[in-house]
Amino acid sequence: MSAAKKLNLTLKVWRQKNGNAKGSLETYPLKDISPDSSFLEMLDILNSELINKGDSPVSFDHDCREGICGSCSLYINGEPHGPSRLVTTCQLHMRSFEDGETIYIEPFRAKAFPVIKDLMVDRSAFDRIQHAGGYISVNTSGNTQDANAIPIEKEDADEAFYSAACIGCGACVAACKNASASLFVAAKVSQYALLPQGKIEAKDRVLNMVKQAEKEGFGPCSNTGACEVECPKGISIENIARMNREFLSASISK
Amino acid sequence: MSLDSKIPKGPLKDKWTNYKNNINLVNPANKRNIDVIVIGTGLAGGSAAATLAELGYNVKAFCYQDSPRRAHSIAAQGGINAAKNYQGDGDSTYRLFYDTIKGGDYRSREANVYRLAEVSTNIIDQCVAQGVPFARDYGGLLDNRSFGGVLVSRTFYAKGQTGQQLLLGAYSAMNRQIAKGKIEMFNRHEMLDVVIVDGKARGIIARNLVTGEIERHSAHAVVLGSGGYGNVFFLSTNAMGSNVTAAWKAHKKGAYFANPCYTQIHPTCIPVHGTQQSKLTLMSESLRNDGRIWVPAKLEDAEAVRKGTLKPTAIKEEDRDYYLERRYPSFGNLVPRDVASRAAKERCDAGFGVVDNDTNEGVFLDFAAAIQRYGKEEALVKGISDASKEEITALGEKVIETKYGNLFDMYKQITDDNPYKTPMRIYPAVHYTMGGLWVDYNLMTNVEGMYAIGEANFSDHGANRLGASALMQGLADGYFVLPYTIGDYLANDIRTGKISTDTPEFEAAEKKATDEINKLINNNGTKAVDYFHKKLGLIMWNKVGMSRTTEGLNEAIAEIASLREEFYKDVRVPGEANELNQELEKAGRVADFLELGELFARDALEREESCGGHFREEYKTEDGEALRRDAEFAYVSAWEYTGKPSDAILHKDKLDFENVELKTRSYK
Amino acid sequence: MSESKGLLKSHIVKKYWMAFTGLFLMLFLTGHLAGNLQLFLTGYEGQLQFNEYAVFMTTNPAVKLLSYVTYISILFHAIDGIVISMANRKARPDGYAYSKPGKNSPWSSRNMGILGTIILVYIVVHMQNFWYEYKFGKTEFMMSEDGLSPLLQDGTIAEGATVTSTGNVMLAGENIGVAMKDLYTIVMEGFANPILVVFYVLAMIAMGFHLIHGFQSAFQSIGLRNKKYSPAIIKIGYAFAVIVPLLFAIIPVYLFIMAA
Repeated sequence: MSAAKKLNLTLKVWRQKNGNAKGSLETYPLKDISPDSSFLEMLDILNSELINKGDSPVSFDHDCREGICGSCSLYINGEPHGPSRLVTTCQLHMRSFEDGETIYIEPFRAKAFPVIKDLMVDRSAFDRIQHAGGYISVNTSGNTQDANAIPIEKEDADEAFYSAACIGCGACVAACKNASASLFVAAKVSQYALLPQGKIEAKDRVLNMVKQAEKEGFGPCSNTGACEVECPKGISIENIARMNREFLSASISK
Repeated sequence: MSLDSKIPKGPLKDKWTNYKNNINLVNPANKRNIDVIVIGTGLAGGSAAATLAELGYNVKAFCYQDSPRRAHSIAAQGGINAAKNYQGDGDSTYRLFYDTIKGGDYRSREANVYRLAEVSTNIIDQCVAQGVPFARDYGGLLDNRSFGGVLVSRTFYAKGQTGQQLLLGAYSAMNRQIAKGKIEMFNRHEMLDVVIVDGKARGIIARNLVTGEIERHSAHAVVLGSGGYGNVFFLSTNAMGSNVTAAWKAHKKGAYFANPCYTQIHPTCIPVHGTQQSKLTLMSESLRNDGRIWVPAKLEDAEAVRKGTLKPTAIKEEDRDYYLERRYPSFGNLVPRDVASRAAKERCDAGFGVVDNDTNEGVFLDFAAAIQRYGKEEALVKGISDASKEEITALGEKVIETKYGNLFDMYKQITDDNPYKTPMRIYPAVHYTMGGLWVDYNLMTNVEGMYAIGEANFSDHGANRLGASALMQGLADGYFVLPYTIGDYLANDIRTGKISTDTPEFEAAEKKATDEINKLINNNGTKAVDYFHKKLGLIMWNKVGMSRTTEGLNEAIAEIASLREEFYKDVRVPGEANELNQELEKAGRVADFLELGELFARDALEREESCGGHFREEYKTEDGEALRRDAEFAYVSAWEYTGKPSDAILHKDKLDFENVELKTRSYK
Repeated sequence: MSESKGLLKSHIVKKYWMAFTGLFLMLFLTGHLAGNLQLFLTGYEGQLQFNEYAVFMTTNPAVKLLSYVTYISILFHAIDGIVISMANRKARPDGYAYSKPGKNSPWSSRNMGILGTIILVYIVVHMQNFWYEYKFGKTEFMMSEDGLSPLLQDGTIAEGATVTSTGNVMLAGENIGVAMKDLYTIVMEGFANPILVVFYVLAMIAMGFHLIHGFQSAFQSIGLRNKKYSPAIIKIGYAFAVIVPLLFAIIPVYLFIMAA
C-alpha cells in the first residue's frame, strides 16, 4: 500500500484575497507526496508548508472528506473534481497523477458562484433555488398517513433515489460551458416528480425553480452532456429531459 | 445545583402521552413574538428548526458549512430504525426500547429511550410524506434490513445514503420555512458563545466566517444541535469541521457535560495509511454480514504480509486466526461494535496487525468464503451443474457486487486494492460520541432555555449506540420531542418581548469572544494548529481510546494539560481576524478540544468499570470481557465547569431501572 | 403562484423554439435533398425534370407557404441562437485559465454557434447563387431538345415561339404563357467552379457536425428522452447527420467531375 514512489509536483493555484480582489495563478513546487494521499491531503501538506514559511495558506471548501457532503469543489487540470470519474475532489487520490506533473487548481467558475477567497466560491444560489420549491409542503405533525399507505413502484422509487443522490457540489455548473444549473435543478424536480407525494405541487415547483435558477445567473442548457460526465454521483441528463417535459406541460396548463 | 431529570410520573408507556396532555401551549399569535436560535443543521438541528418555524416561532438557524444541507448527518450510510413491525417479525415499541437500553449497556435513561422508540414510527411516516426515497420492494412497500445484532428487521434505508436522504428531507422542510421568512438562515457562521441573561439562555455570539465579523443574536431560547466531539481524536470518521465548540462554550457558561468518555469506535473503517492522513472513512457495518475477520495466526506471516512479501490469499486456512469466530462462537463476526473493535486492537497489540503503517494496525475482512458460497447458490439457481471454480467465483462476485458494490468501489478508490480479489484491510476508528450536554426529559440542559438535541446531548444511547439509531434520535428530538417540550418553557415567555442585544451580558460575551480570537491571531508562535491537534489525537487514541488504564489516563490528563499550555504559547495562526481565515477557525476549535480532552480523560478515570464503549483494563472478566459495576456506577456523570477541566465538579444523575432487569451482555 | 408571461423569456422556452425550428428545418432538408437528387439524372431528360421541379417549387401555393415557414424558421433559429449564445457568455464572465472541455463533451456540442454561423453564411451564398439568379438574374430559358423552341412552364414545347427578356413566350405576337427557366444549366455552370464546390463541401461538413448535436439535442430539449428510446434517437441522429449532408455534398463534387 505505501511502498509506491513519492511524487514531485508543480502546483498552479488560484489565489485571491477576497471577493473584490483581483486573483492570479501562483506556482508552488511540492515534493515527496505519497500516491496514497488524497488530493485534499496534498493541499493540507502545501498549506502546512505555507504556514511554516509564514505565508497564508490556501483556502478551499471541504468537510466530510468521504464524498457525500458536497463541500469540496475545485477545477483540477481543466475538469471539476479532477480527472477521475464518479468521485469528488476529496475522494480523488494522488495516484491519479504522474511524478513531475503540473497541476492546475482553480475555483469553480460561474457568475452565480462568485469567488469568496482563493478556491472557495459562494454556492448559496443553489440554496435559493431550493427555497423556490425544492420541498413538499407537509408539516411535521407526526400525524401524516402511514408510510405504507401509498405503494410506490420500485422502479420509480429507485429512479427518484438516483435523482435525489445529488450532493449539490456544483460540478455540473463548473463543467458546463454555459455555467448552467440544469442538472442540479432537474435532479430535484425529478425526485419529486417521480413520487406521488411530490406530484401535487409539481407544476409550481418546476416553474419556480427554473425561474429562480435563471434569476441567479445560471446559463441555458446546451445539452452538451458535460455535466453528466463530470457529476460525481453520475446523475443522468435524462433528468433534464424530464424537467423540460414538466416545464412544457406546466407552462401550457398554468 | 442538584440535577432534576424531570421524568414524568406514571407507567413508562404513558409518560409521554400524559406529558403532552398536560404541558403548557403557546397560542399561535404569541408564537410570532418568540424567537428561537438553533445551532447546527444536521438531522436534529435541521428538523427542529423546520418544525419550530412551522409552529410559528421565529427561528434563526446557524451552521458553519456553506449550506445547511452539508451537516455531517449526511454521511450516515446504513439506515434508520423504527418500530414499524412491517415485517411482522415481532418488533414493537417495547422491543426497540429494550434493545436500545441493552445495547447501551444499561447506562441510558429509560423514559427518554422509551419515548424515542415510541415516536420512531412517526419519523418514517413523516419522511415518506416529505419525499424521502426509501428503498422499496417489488410490491411498492417499504423495505427493511436487519442491523447490528438485533433480532428483527426494523432498519429503513436508502441504499448506502440514508443519512443523506433524511438530511435532505429535513433541509427541504427548512427550505419551505426559509422561503416564508420563518427561518432566517446563517450559513458560514460559527457560534462562539452563548449569552445568559438572568440565568436564562437569551442569545449567542457568532462569527461570520466569511467576513470575520462578530455578531450578536438574541432569542428566547437557544437549541444546540451541534453534533458530537469525535474530532478530539484528530482522526475520526467525523467531518473535518465537526467540533465541540458550541457545546463546550455552553458548558463553560454553566451547562453540565455528561459522560464525555463514552465514545463509539466503529470496527469497519479503512486503516490509517500514513502520518499525513486527515480523516478516516467508515464502511457500513453491513459488511460484517458476509465478511470474515481474521489475522495471520503466525507472527512471521503477519510480518511478511506487512512487508508485502506474502499475499494474504496465499496464507493457508489453518494458518489464519478468525479471532471473532474463535472467541465468540455464537455471534461470530456479528458481535456489537465495541466488542469487535476491542478484539481487533487486542490482536494488533499482540503483533498480528496486517497494515504497513506506523502502528501496523489493521485486520483482514475477507469475502472469499462468501463469494464461493453465493457463487455455488447462484450456479444451482441458474441450473449450471458442473460449474468450474472460475464460474462460481464470477457468479459469487456478482452477488457481492449487488449487495455491497458501492462500498467496494469506495474501498478500491481509497486503497487501490481490489477487495473482490484480496481481503479488505480494516481497523476501528472513532465514529460517534454518546456523551454530550446533560439534558432532562425536556431536552433542556441545566441552564434554563438552553436545549441540546441529537448527538450533542447524552440522553439516549447510554455507553454504546446501536447501528441505525443515531438518525432515529436526531430526527425524533427535532421533529417530535423538542417542539413540544420547548413550548412548555416558552409559554412563560409570551410577555417578555424582543430580547435586546444591547445589554452588558451581550457586551461581555462579545468582548470575550473577540479577545480570544485576538489572542490566537496575535500569538506569533511557531507551530500550526494541526500540529497540536494531531498530538492531542495521539494522546487520546493511545491512552483514552479503545482500552483505558488508570496509569494511562493519569498520564493523558497531565499531557493534555501541558499540550494546552504549549498551544497557547506556541501556536501560529496566520492571517487576520476580520477575514475568511480557516486556520483561525481550526485554532478556536482545537483550543476547545484541548480542554474537553482533559475532562474526557478525567471522566474515564472516574468511571471505574467497563461498559459499552468505555473499557478499563482493570475491570474485565477472566476472559477479557467488559465488567460493569451497576451498584457503584449506574449513574450519569454530569460535570460542572468551574474554571478549568481539572477543577470540574462531578454531579451524579442516578439511573433508575424500573422496567428492565440489568444483565451482563454476552455474545459467546 | 407562477407568472406565465415572464416564462416566455425562460431559457427553456428559447430552447423549445430552437428545437422545434431545428426539427422543422431537418424535415425541410430531407425534402430539399430529395429534389436535389434529381441532379444525378443526366441528359435532356434530367435537365427537363429538374427544371420542371424548379417551376413546381416556385409556383405551387402549398410549397410557397412551406418556404415562408422555412425562411421564418431559419431566421428564428438564428436569432434565438444568438440570444442564447449571449446568455451563455454572460453566465461565466471569468473563465478558466486551464480547461479541458474535450474530456467531457463532444466538440460539436460546444460549437453550435460557430457551426450555425458557417451554415448561415452558406445559406446566403447559396440563395444568391441559385435562388436569386433564378428569380432575378439573367437566367437562360429552357429550349427543346433540338434547341429551336422554348418551353412553357408546364413543359409543353412552344414551336416557333420566341421569348421576351421578361420571360413571356410570344407566338405570332401573342403572349401564350411564361417560359421555363433553365436552372439546371445554372447549377451545372456553377459547380464547374472548383472554389464554389469546395465551399459547398465545407459547408456540408459544418452542417453534419451541426446535425450530430442538433438532432439529439432537439429531442432532449423538448423532453423526449428516456432509457428506452434515447439509444435509438441517438443512432438515428448520427445516421441523419452523416447521410444527409454527405448526399448534399456529393452532388456538387459529382457535377464538377462530370463537367471536367
